[in-house]
Amino acid sequence: MIVPLEHVLILAAALFALGAACAVMRRGVIMILVGVEIMFTGAAVAFIGAALRWQSLDGQAAVILAMGLAAAELAFGLALLVHARRRGGSLKSDRYTGLGGRT
Amino acid sequence: MTIYGALFYLLAGITLVAAVLAVTRKDPMHAVLYLVAALLATAAIFLLLGAPLPAILQVVIYAGAIMVFYLFIIMLLGPRGEGGSIAPRRAALPGLLAGLFLAAAWIVFDGDPGVKTVLSASQASAAALGAFLVKTYWPVLEAVSILLFAALVAALVLCRPRRPHPGGQAGRT
Repeated sequence: MIVPLEHVLILAAALFALGAACAVMRRGVIMILVGVEIMFTGAAVAFIGAALRWQSLDGQAAVILAMGLAAAELAFGLALLVHARRRGGSLKSDRYTGLGGRT
Repeated sequence: MTIYGALFYLLAGITLVAAVLAVTRKDPMHAVLYLVAALLATAAIFLLLGAPLPAILQVVIYAGAIMVFYLFIIMLLGPRGEGGSIAPRRAALPGLLAGLFLAAAWIVFDGDPGVKTVLSASQASAAALGAFLVKTYWPVLEAVSILLFAALVAALVLCRPRRPHPGGQAGRT
């Protein structure tokens, strides 16, 4: 006997909401990526709880696949960041206005 | 409340506090270090909920490799404090929406008898999960490996140093 599934899901929802709020309200691209990571973690907690509730391995498999997805996303995101910085850009998402016509 | 239940609430509290601190820090370096703490507590939650292989992978790959890579990039990109401060006016709407989302989720979970089931402790063996993953989800595994390869190529192309083309024209960027 551990806890009701409800509490696991509430923890997952809280982590997801926190990550989403972070991704929306922060301006630094690094902090936006941190928010996305927290959202991934919330989803993983929900998957693991559901895998235990229904005694199925699918949830745990999904967590491992999502981990690979997060690694690819982060590698590409950070490479974009290095590229933007090298081109003389800033790390603030507000400054990426090249497509707005005002440069 | 059993000892497992107490442990779960303790770890959930650590995860949430570390995540809140990670979200609100000004310095990205501190934020990522708090994120590592949150990920390690999550790995312990996975272990508690009967998933040893995801727990180990969370520590080794996520909190270990990916976060160290993150710290390297932050150090590489130079001056600290690039995270930017949070203007209260800017944080109000996302915070409100996140609170509303959480309240809605709470109401939905509260009204659903299906999620009241108390989880009983059991462990899925790593060998069983590995065999299941390769047997059932092999197309997805291949897709993830192709995705990782594509990300690798994209990172190499994006971070390629700019040098003039041997033909005399300006190098492509």
